[in-house]
Amino acid sequence: MMTLLVSLFSGAIVYAVSVMYAGIGETFSQRAGVMNLGVEGIMLMGAVSGYIAAVNTQNLALSFLVVLLVGAVFGLVFAFLTVTLQADQTVCGMAMLTFGTGLSGFLGKDVAGVAANLRFENIPIPGLSSIPFIGPVLFSQNLLVYAMYVMVPLSMFYIFKTRQGLYLRALGENPAALDSAGMNVFAMRYAYVVFGCMMIGVSGACVSLANTNFWSSGMTAGKGWIAFALVAFSSWNPVRLTLGALLFGFVSCLGSNLQIYLPGVPTEIFSALPYVATIVAFILATGNFRKVHTTQPAALGKPYDREAR
Amino acid sequence: MRRFRLEKKTKRSALAVLLNSILFVLVALAFCGVIIAAVGFNPLEVYGRMFSRAFLSVRGIRSAVESGLPLMLCGLGVSIAFRMNLNNIGAEGQYAVGAILGGAFAFYGPKLPGILGILVLAVCCFLGGAIWALLCAIPKAFWDVDECITTLMLNYVALILLSYLCLGPWKAAGQNVGQTEKIPDSLALGEIPGLEVSVAFPLVILIAVLMFCFYKYTTSGYQISVMGKSLTAARYAGINLKKNILLVLGLSGGLAGLAGFIQFAGITGRVQENMPNNAGYTAIVIAYLSRQNPLVVIVVSFLLAGLQNSSATVQVMGVPAQIATMMQGAIMIIVIAGDFFLRYRIVSVKKGGKKA
Repeated sequence: MMTLLVSLFSGAIVYAVSVMYAGIGETFSQRAGVMNLGVEGIMLMGAVSGYIAAVNTQNLALSFLVVLLVGAVFGLVFAFLTVTLQADQTVCGMAMLTFGTGLSGFLGKDVAGVAANLRFENIPIPGLSSIPFIGPVLFSQNLLVYAMYVMVPLSMFYIFKTRQGLYLRALGENPAALDSAGMNVFAMRYAYVVFGCMMIGVSGACVSLANTNFWSSGMTAGKGWIAFALVAFSSWNPVRLTLGALLFGFVSCLGSNLQIYLPGVPTEIFSALPYVATIVAFILATGNFRKVHTTQPAALGKPYDREAR
Repeated sequence: MRRFRLEKKTKRSALAVLLNSILFVLVALAFCGVIIAAVGFNPLEVYGRMFSRAFLSVRGIRSAVESGLPLMLCGLGVSIAFRMNLNNIGAEGQYAVGAILGGAFAFYGPKLPGILGILVLAVCCFLGGAIWALLCAIPKAFWDVDECITTLMLNYVALILLSYLCLGPWKAAGQNVGQTEKIPDSLALGEIPGLEVSVAFPLVILIAVLMFCFYKYTTSGYQISVMGKSLTAARYAGINLKKNILLVLGLSGGLAGLAGFIQFAGITGRVQENMPNNAGYTAIVIAYLSRQNPLVVIVVSFLLAGLQNSSATVQVMGVPAQIATMMQGAIMIIVIAGDFFLRYRIVSVKKGGKKA
């Protein structure tokens, strides 16, 4: 029983972290007023580029750097389209999605089925990891999970307690006001979109270099979309994002664990569970049931056009 | 001293849109050529083989039409939603559920005589897609729940259901792959005599023409575009938004469901595990590139189907089949970027502000 609970909870955390990098990146991007619908595609690019680098260089740090770089390149392209050219963000997102999905499959052909034997291994923290239950769940994880423990409070602090965070929130609510105050709206949006895409790439690396250690085309299987849904679900708040991600991690691990204990039930029910849970939770959390104002950034999805001010 | 600045264009002609799209599709092909070369293939050889396989033989054109049919219907479905600014990205799932409901009727429903059976089969497929879309349209209409997420998530659910049925209870005996038995001959769509093209083809064209007239000549059709351009304007004009969201998304899903019908009754004759095969996602690219014009949807679907088919040809050379998706994505990105020149013109200005 204990082992089941430990595997359930530690699995939930591993799953949660792999969508949270993308979720936090997207939170920053959307707080800045740019909705990036291409999460799934960029995540796949992160996953494949990291894996290709791992196979070829056998150097984990270098592979991670490649992931960040590829994320940044996609971010620059997306920012160029949506911020500079002021193209429709939804359509651009779908384009990035298609391109990322296709390109990752195209480039990843040579490493599909090749073992990299290089991943973010679990590093039990001496002392803490021997605490019963909590130790194996929280403190016997890989480096990307530990980094997330720091990332959540840090991004909370940045968004809500710093001057830059205030500007960031204003960027998504009323960019014209920032512009009048002499801030460079375009440069700031570029920065947050690029940062967002880098984090989305890291989520991809979680999938191919930490949670599992292989590459297959389309392997993120909707995780990018779950991350995207979580952002609105969490009202653009990293702590709520964490809670949401943990919930989904738990549901999806529950499925794969129950499978063993309920052999009579079709496994498909368990694989459909996270998606159904996402839909239901998303409707409950974002549905405007009482006709009140939402917390969505007011300028989200709107390109900033100085002439239309 | 001259400076350049941007000026907003107020008008765009259909010809300008067409030429602009063609130009940037070519740019996209060049861009993909660079990627293909970077992976170590000769892009000219790859493109040459793809093009001649897809469009330079009767067989190629025939198969592009055939695999284009579901794309056309999904493309028409997605484009009607896009017109109203509803992002239906769930055509993939709606297609699958259409096929599932069609399969349920074909294998378990009453045997109806002649054309009646085919009609009921089509209605079942349409309803399947429409119901799947309505699952998202209802929360959208009543509680303003974003349809992107819900339509997309339901794709996964529908595909899991489809593969469960095709590998489980519906699986044909003695098959290695996940597919059902053949449907009774009475339900199969025939071919046009002499042309060896499914009779579904003229039907799909008819649907596209009807939709074109619907947009152009009817009030309801015009209302859809008004709602797509400005919700406030639509509200002031007294258009019932809730009703239209339900109608348009339902119709959108229904058309995607009909893709299931065409594939099932017209081409494969069976329900298959991975039946939609990305048609629902390609439909997004089609709806964008065709600017939601139903007649252009037919042409673009045909071209992209050819592209998809031809990717199998170059697989022999070792080029991954995902080349088709990659090219679609690149084309879409670069055409979006090129759209900038439809919205703005670059004018040169003399220092001092006077136009040169």
